[in-house]
Order: sequence, then structure tokens, then C-alpha cells
Amino acid sequence: MKNEFKKYNFLNIKIIILIVLFILLFASFATMRNFGEPEKTEMDDYFIRNAQEQTGSNNVVASIVFDYRALDTLGEAVVLFTAVMGISLIFTKNRNFSVLKKNEQNN
Amino acid sequence: MSKIIKIVSLTALSPIIIFGLYIISHGHLTPGGGFQGGVIIASAFVLVLVAFKNDIKLSHKLFVFFESLGLVFFIILAFLGIFKNTFLYNFLANSSGILGRTIQFGANTGCLNSGGVIPLMNLAIGIEVAAALSLVALFIIRHKDQNKTKYD
Repeated sequence: MKNEFKKYNFLNIKIIILIVLFILLFASFATMRNFGEPEKTEMDDYFIRNAQEQTGSNNVVASIVFDYRALDTLGEAVVLFTAVMGISLIFTKNRNFSVLKKNEQNN
Repeated sequence: MSKIIKIVSLTALSPIIIFGLYIISHGHLTPGGGFQGGVIIASAFVLVLVAFKNDIKLSHKLFVFFESLGLVFFIILAFLGIFKNTFLYNFLANSSGILGRTIQFGANTGCLNSGGVIPLMNLAIGIEVAAALSLVALFIIRHKDQNKTKYD
């Protein structure tokens, strides 16, 4: 019985870290900007002013994703391809190891 | 699954795919795009796969082909920009040719024949995402059926 009480010690290091993070979270909430009033940067103004005329697409988000930052989209597509490749390796039951056996025979 | 679910899933297949193609093709005008439309198309295939499991002939080779096709199409479009300027350059925009109508700044009605290379990239990403996500569902559902005799 005593050992079980020791397990649920409420003043261990994990609880203290959690409380500190909670206080920091609310401190960051208090210093947040109001909703709908983001900080204005030059990059935002440039995209909103020039995206329609430069890329010819009304959707500014699409023009950023597929034109200004298209390299990021290419990486995203490759990540998805690799993830599906890994899943196909995990979920196939009868794996074909014939290539491996051929190499062993040659050696 | 029962016969009702099978028939309803096959009936809903084509409207869902057409809605996904609409989201993909209007990606440069309205909210949405390749990823979102691809997920909608994949949801149609997942519906059929859940309803039929092993009763339908749906090979993974077709999905693997379309997934590779989408990625290769995207990379070819990216390399075509090198001949004009740089890698991933929008070489069709404002060319007054195919997909090259100029758009004025501000609110306008929008035109499908605009956006340069963006609609083609939307199409490539849409094909890839649709095939990839239906491939994930196909592998997981077929794997569960493979082990049925072992655990039941």
C-alpha cells in the first residue's frame, strides 16, 4: 500500500515541468495579437499585390503553393510517395526474396 | 457487406470522382487544389474497397502506375521551366496562349484558361494523391483479410 502511494507522487519532476509549460502557454496567450489583425510584413503585401498579375491565378494560396514555393510542394509529393512505399513494404505478407536468393547462389 | 451497401457505393463512385475532378480543375480559381481533390477521389475508392473487400478485381498495379505518373508529370513540368528561366518557372503564365490569359489585380469573375502551369501541377498532384491514399487503404484492407484464417 505504501509503495503504491509512492508511485503517485504529485510533486515529481514531470508534473512540475507540465505546470511551468502551462504557465508559459497562458503567458503567450496574453501577449497574442487580436484575431484578424496579423503583423504586416513586406512579403505578405508583395504576394497580395502581385500574385494575380504575375501568375494569372485568382487563388493566391494556389499561386504560392504551386509557383512561388513550388519546391516545397515537390518535396511534399516525394514524402507522400516514400510513405506509401514504406506502407507497401510493411503490409505485404508474402514477400518475394527471390532476388536475395539469387545473389546468395552466385556467391 | 450487404448488397445494399455494395450497390450504393458503386452508385456514389462516379459523382464523388467528378466532384474531386472539379475541385482539382478549379484549383487556381476557388479554394481547393490538387491535394484536396485527390483526397476526395481517394475517398471514393476507399468506399468501394470497404464495401467489397476481396470481391472486386482492383489491382494495386494500376494505382502504383498512376502514383508514379503524377510524380513524373510534376517533375517534367518543373524541368520544362529551365528552358525559359529557372527550375519550377511558370513558363505558361501571361503568354496569351494555352492557359495564359492575363488577369487584372482585384476581384474578378475568373477564367479557367489562366494560371499558366498551376492547373497542370494541380492535376499531377491530384492524380498522385488520389492513387497514393487509395493504395494505403487497399494495402491495409487486403492485409487484414490475408490474416483472417490465422486469427479467427
